[in-house]
Amino acid sequence: MTASIQLQHTPQLQYLLRLGDTCLILGQRLGEWCGHGPVLEEDIALANMALDLIGQARALLTRAGQTEGRAFDEDQLAFLRDERDYRNPTLVELPRGDFAFTVQRNLVVATLLKLLWQKLATSTDAELAAIAGKAVKEARYHQQHAADWVVRLGDGTPESRQRSQAALAQLWRYVPELFEADAVDDAAAASGLGPRWADVQADWQAEVGAVLAEAGLTPPAASGFRSTGKRGVHSEHMGFILAEMQQLQRAYPGGVW
Amino acid sequence: MSGAPVADATRTQRAWDVLSTVLDPEVPALSLRDLGIVRDVVDDGNMLTVVLTPTYSGCPATEVIHQSVVDAITAAGLGSVNVTLQRAPAWTTDWISDDGRRKLRDYGIAPPGPVDPGAGVPIRLVGRRAAQAIACPRCNSSQTERLSAFGATACKSLYRCMACREPFEHFKPL
Repeated sequence: MTASIQLQHTPQLQYLLRLGDTCLILGQRLGEWCGHGPVLEEDIALANMALDLIGQARALLTRAGQTEGRAFDEDQLAFLRDERDYRNPTLVELPRGDFAFTVQRNLVVATLLKLLWQKLATSTDAELAAIAGKAVKEARYHQQHAADWVVRLGDGTPESRQRSQAALAQLWRYVPELFEADAVDDAAAASGLGPRWADVQADWQAEVGAVLAEAGLTPPAASGFRSTGKRGVHSEHMGFILAEMQQLQRAYPGGVW
Repeated sequence: MSGAPVADATRTQRAWDVLSTVLDPEVPALSLRDLGIVRDVVDDGNMLTVVLTPTYSGCPATEVIHQSVVDAITAAGLGSVNVTLQRAPAWTTDWISDDGRRKLRDYGIAPPGPVDPGAGVPIRLVGRRAAQAIACPRCNSSQTERLSAFGATACKSLYRCMACREPFEHFKPL
């Protein structure tokens, strides 16, 4: 069927979808680099990280489907939801930009996910804890890769430095959303499902701040802008990436290979 | 009441032996047992269950490995078999056998060192050459340089040896 699935949103489901959709959408964005990387090695590196993220998304969406109660599987959740039912922060849906933007976003997200996985490894949800125990190892490599490049480009040529500073100006407005606590986070913290994302903010600032300082990059001043992807209200870019992701399943329902 | 296979140690042992011959499709120098991804083999008297753990979350070889296990156990005449996935405890390269490490080196892949228990806490802001001294699997020189953090698969990175001038892959500790 091409009809969209409708979800019954519990805080538990939304918490899992935020994690799963962050991995899914960033994985899709990194996959866009396949065949377009600045050099072959980085093309392959980005594709490998996209694979890790898609693998994590598959496990998380499978788990989300189990908790939702109507046995939606990972594919239905990935391809048959309407835009409002995706709960990734807006940052990950922004267009891939240039390589400077890509590695900076990877640093921001990989650091966040690494810190979340560390705490989620002791989740009261045993399956989520198992997913986190594996994902944290992968996120460490993603973070290290991104940090290396952020420093290299920020502390590089005038051109790479200028592009790095421009990328930082573009993405920094979307960072506050990551750490905005709400009822979904409070419920997860209360039940032991997982931490509030805000709980890792101090560690995130320390780690990302150290990399930016080494790169000689200065974050822009805080802005009043707040993105709202985690609540399902996305940017204009989300419809396009979903159209590309969903086209096959919508045109050929249940298609497999 | 007759006809059903009976659980016995021989059948389980034979299954383990068969799994020593099933190769990883991405790193065909290693068997699944060398790689340390076979967590258990259970015989309930009727069906064999092979419990595997994934290496990386997104490893594209997972489905191929499952099918290879089913094919190999079936071909060995060990009856019906089921493959299940167990995510925890998470796989680590520390589970690669000593024999597996030797096979990797012979195959031209530098084996992983022990996993650093504090890995990932600090971000190492160091140059490519200073990152780690990985010995060249061909000439054993430690004068090597990392070219890329990710190789042909997520589990490997790409190096070159400054002594013998050959490129090689390194199986990353995970």
